[in-house]
Amino acid sequence: MRPALAVFESYLTVYRRTWRGSVLGSFVLPVLVMVGFGLGVGHFVDAGGRLGPVRYLDYIVPGQVAVTAFNQGSFESMWPVLSGFEWSRTYHSLAAAPLRIVDILGGDLLFIVFRLLTTSVVFLGIAAAFGAIHSPWAVAVPFVCALLGLAVATPVHALSARMTSDSYFSLLLRFGLIPLGLFSGVYFPVTALPSALRLLAYLSPLWHATEVCRAATLPGVPMSALALAGHLGYLAVWLVVGFWLAVLAFRRKLVS
Amino acid sequence: MIYARGLVKRFGNFTAVDGIDVDVARGEAFGFLGPNGAGKSSTMRMIGCVSPPTAGTLRILGMDPHRQGTAIRARLGVCPQLDSLDPELTVAENLVTYARYFGIPRRTAKARAAELLDFVQLRERADSRVEPLSGGMKRRLTIARALVNNPDIALLDEPTTGLDPQARHLVWDRLFRLKQQGMTLVLTTHYMDEAEQLCDRLVVMDTGRIVAEGSPRSLIDRYSTREVVELRFPDTAPEDVAGKLAELAERVEVLPDRILLYADDGDAAAEAVHRLALGPASVLVRRSGLEDVFLHLTGRTLVD
Repeated sequence: MRPALAVFESYLTVYRRTWRGSVLGSFVLPVLVMVGFGLGVGHFVDAGGRLGPVRYLDYIVPGQVAVTAFNQGSFESMWPVLSGFEWSRTYHSLAAAPLRIVDILGGDLLFIVFRLLTTSVVFLGIAAAFGAIHSPWAVAVPFVCALLGLAVATPVHALSARMTSDSYFSLLLRFGLIPLGLFSGVYFPVTALPSALRLLAYLSPLWHATEVCRAATLPGVPMSALALAGHLGYLAVWLVVGFWLAVLAFRRKLVS
Repeated sequence: MIYARGLVKRFGNFTAVDGIDVDVARGEAFGFLGPNGAGKSSTMRMIGCVSPPTAGTLRILGMDPHRQGTAIRARLGVCPQLDSLDPELTVAENLVTYARYFGIPRRTAKARAAELLDFVQLRERADSRVEPLSGGMKRRLTIARALVNNPDIALLDEPTTGLDPQARHLVWDRLFRLKQQGMTLVLTTHYMDEAEQLCDRLVVMDTGRIVAEGSPRSLIDRYSTREVVELRFPDTAPEDVAGKLAELAERVEVLPDRILLYADDGDAAAEAVHRLALGPASVLVRRSGLEDVFLHLTGRTLVD
């Protein structure tokens, strides 16, 4: 653990200087989407009365905090990882130090967890100020976001480690992250989707996290222990398989 | 410190290192000399425990890289061929964070960083970003980073490649001091002057094999003559002249742009060339160097 903490520490040293720049992407934009959609689109949705006692703003807050974690987990694993191998080559210098592959990856993931937790806590605070939090279970949301973020960060780490240029990232964004962000029940229930797309949503880790976050912040959305275990278990599978793939990809790049 | 027997590295069908034996003793400055693609960097990566040998025995500090890689790396200092400094950190932070990977406490790391920045003459740049540093400064910082754990062995892969002459001399000067302090240095180079300046002992590598081994002086004595006469004939094809020169020297090498005559008395050989009245455009008598050793051993020049 200590070597991974040293890697984490080096990211913090950088972040201490660059955090201001990350505020826009991590906090301002998601909050703008929340307010814009929640109040703007929500005006029409709430007039229709389909959501019952819940405002549309309240409905999208748990989805929005989840999709923010989803994007953050992915982005932190794209350019920074590619650069570490191909541009700044810092991973190579880590490999020359007495660190194992799991220490290097562990340091990356610790930093990502730190980012996920801080972002979702701040986001929830803002949402609470808008009166969009209706359950004390909301304290569990940052941890669900951390799990979701890691569940995507690990396989994306594996992908980025195998790339030699960033041209594939636009494909990953257009055909992976953006569609999943739209069709995983963040802005509307997946039951509104045609059945083929609905299947995609069920496979998406984002949908599972959104369901859990929604149950944790909205009133009257009960979730059975079994369903909860299923959702979290599914995310854990992504995390474990992703970690394993990332270890293989890192080893291939650093030990040859 | 380093013991290798029959060390082999293959990548698929390509054999980068083809069965080499190496011994490096404590306090020695040891060099791997050879052209690009000779297998120097592959060897260095195996010694640095980031590349498992395909075959053969390798022991570093008495340990097995396969099972004790992290323990060995804790006692090595690596200056890689390509810079891998963190561009988002300052000069001093690069050293401190790297020290932390070795488990060095933060306070000690800071003191050590300041000391090393003095050593590589970068103290004034301590709080600068890495980006604006010149190539020579970056290389010196990389060397400082390699020393942050006070290593038993410093591995330097082409430490001055790509630097201008002045920057090279600064690097050499620092490396020479490390050598005087008794640190074990292992370096690769394709510069002859670098090997002659820094190495107590070296191996000449070509296509993955060791073709000669010894001190720079002993290699020159064994594989070359004391002096060399360099002749240039602008108008004549060198091959045509070479035949006439054969008996003036112990050995004649014909290169595309010049002819080299190997003789213990260079001035006498140059005198003899003049008597033939072949009209060379230039005649230069110089002492033999490792370049000549390499040429003799492989029939090729080093830097092409």
